Amino acid sequence: MAALLEVKDLQVSVADREILHGLTLTVNEGEVHAIMGPNGSGKSTLSHVIAGKPGYEVTGGQILFKGEDLLEMEPNERAAKGVFLAFQYPVEIPGVATMNFLRTALNAQRKARGEDELSTPDFLKRVREVSGSLGIPQEMLKRGVNVGFSGGEKKRNEVLQMALFQPSLCILDEMDSGLDIDALRIASEGVNALRAPNRSMVVITHYQRLLDYIVPDVVHVMSKGKVVRSGGKELALELEANGYAQYQEAAA
Amino acid sequence: MNIAVAKPDKPDTASDNFAAVSARVPGAGKVADTRRQALDTFQRIGLPHRRIEDWKYTDLRALMREVLPLAAAPEATALARAETAAKLHAIDGVRRLVLVDGVLAPDLSDLAGLEAGLSIRSLSEALQAGDDRVLSLDTADPMVALNTALMTDGVVIEVADGTTLARPLHILHITSGGAPAAMFTRSRIALGNAAVATVVESYVAGEGASAYQVHDSAVISVGDHARLDYVRIVEDAPEAFNITSAAVSVGAHAHFNAFGITTGGLVSRYQAVVTVAGSHSEVQTNGVNLLNGKQHADTTLVMNHDVPHCASREGFRAVVDDRGHSVFQGRINVRQPAQQTDAKMMTRALLLSDEAEVDNKPELEIFADDVTCGHGAAVGALDDSLLFYLRARGLPQKEAEAMLIQAFVGEAIEAIADDNLRELVTAAAVRWLEARQ
Ligand SMILES: Nc1ncnc2c1ncn2[C@@H]1O[C@H](COP(=O)(O)OP(=O)(O)OP(=O)(O)O)[C@@H](O)[C@H]1O
Ligand SMILES: [Mg+2]
Repeated sequence: MAALLEVKDLQVSVADREILHGLTLTVNEGEVHAIMGPNGSGKSTLSHVIAGKPGYEVTGGQILFKGEDLLEMEPNERAAKGVFLAFQYPVEIPGVATMNFLRTALNAQRKARGEDELSTPDFLKRVREVSGSLGIPQEMLKRGVNVGFSGGEKKRNEVLQMALFQPSLCILDEMDSGLDIDALRIASEGVNALRAPNRSMVVITHYQRLLDYIVPDVVHVMSKGKVVRSGGKELALELEANGYAQYQEAAA
Repeated sequence: MNIAVAKPDKPDTASDNFAAVSARVPGAGKVADTRRQALDTFQRIGLPHRRIEDWKYTDLRALMREVLPLAAAPEATALARAETAAKLHAIDGVRRLVLVDGVLAPDLSDLAGLEAGLSIRSLSEALQAGDDRVLSLDTADPMVALNTALMTDGVVIEVADGTTLARPLHILHITSGGAPAAMFTRSRIALGNAAVATVVESYVAGEGASAYQVHDSAVISVGDHARLDYVRIVEDAPEAFNITSAAVSVGAHAHFNAFGITTGGLVSRYQAVVTVAGSHSEVQTNGVNLLNGKQHADTTLVMNHDVPHCASREGFRAVVDDRGHSVFQGRINVRQPAQQTDAKMMTRALLLSDEAEVDNKPELEIFADDVTCGHGAAVGALDDSLLFYLRARGLPQKEAEAMLIQAFVGEAIEAIADDNLRELVTAAAVRWLEARQ
């Protein structure tokens, strides 16, 4: 299987403090990887650096996406090439209607890939299909982006975008936090529907429950800015039972 | 150092212009007297500068330096150029009144078939007939004085009691091009009792027009139970000056809803005094400045509450890039009888570059005790986390910025009641954003 994402010995600092200390991770096409690890171990930092958020200084290592140097690309170029981050904390954007945002974003990605813009009827049809399957009411799409959305609604809106943009790498940063039991099931079904041989997922979570729905091929444990152990899906159950104590010592 | 107000040591263009105007628009009696006195006032003070409190942030002596000679009355070539510009800036469904180089151009204007209750004349007609209602602007301000002394033409619009104009009026100021010159115009918009009208006033340039000067003014009155929606769009040439003064008086149970957007011109100032003279009235004034390069735009509003039970809302948003400079001065005067006044003023600014500048001077003067008055101001940059969210979804930097800027000004533009005009103003904002990309 071809590698889609290769993170090699990545070192990242924020405000002169090193957060990732030589992290290595390879995700092959079609695989689902879970990343678990204690608070502050650097999971969101890794997801932000992959998406291209400013403010992080990469002091060593590299990230390849489909063999290309991801760190050389602007965030929007990464999005157009198929990198998608479902944020742990999606922002509210007052004054920007959700539909307008979705359409502008989708067309910007298509334009960057040299594809035609989607016509209004085609676009509306796709949004209706996707929002329908995720149980997102049309009324929500008329509001400003995430404005006045509950925590769970914001997360569902992230999954909606993922389904609409059809990225090849989906990074889900604690998609399960804030979701009620039904919403978790519906959102997970949405994610599972996107599983495909040419699409990979990195699922960051604290809870085994999500991995009952989105069953991973590989589970990684992150501690103190490194991957300290990788294994199959049974590793998540072990963590649930024993916690992180042994890894925190190992990384120290 | 002598800090007393001194005459500008420039050639006296004002009196040359005065001679030229007097030849074109004679006027007599009170009109002539007022103009001569206004000329004296201007010559005594000269162009305002930063030591004159009201002009502290807009030093015209430094920025404008001199008053240009009066623009020639438009000839055939000027009118032809103006016609091209008029087509470019046409608005659907309006009655268009075109001023070319400061002179009403009947051939480009829709003066035929006026609705019952609507009267439109040129200012020069009104002046020559000795109509002193066009004179009611306080000439203590030097730029009002200059405009009063030299006003050449404009439109006088009167809407009779009980008349509702279905079609908005569009006063279109076009500078045709050619050698830089100055235009001195004044319009009067008078709505009788229970009259309803929408007026758009826009300022544009024909091809080749550059460092011209617009010196405009407006005398606006809104009768009892009347409603005026008024939209101003300043899209002058990038080197141009636009100094406009207005006096608005609002009767009882009336509505005045004004909106202004400035995207054009090098230096512009809009100074308006709005006086609510009848109770139970509502005034809304909203504005947007979108500036870049070395643009300087100043909005100075005085809101006078003289009577009880009235409400006023002022909302102003500025987006400033490069070395642009946006100024907002807002004064609310609540006189002793004006109990139960509800007056609020809010300004917000977005700075897009380190060298961009905003000045904001709110003043409240309240002599009534039972009132709700307040003002607020916020200045900031675009939110990085919002920008990143949009970029992570595929929007290039400039497009992400454009989306957030449009959202920012859109909240002000929402105050425009008429759907077409709201779209028109949105389009002006979008043109500015697209030019930035
Ligand atoms: N902008 C920043 N400035 C300073 N420190 C930061 C910044 N961003 C992250 N950190 C620090 O980096 C470390 C890793 O944070 P990160 O958010 O990546 O952890 P996480 O594994 O996602 O935690 P959680 O499970 O709580 O979401 C933390 O100690 C955090 O305080
Ligand atoms: Mg996190």
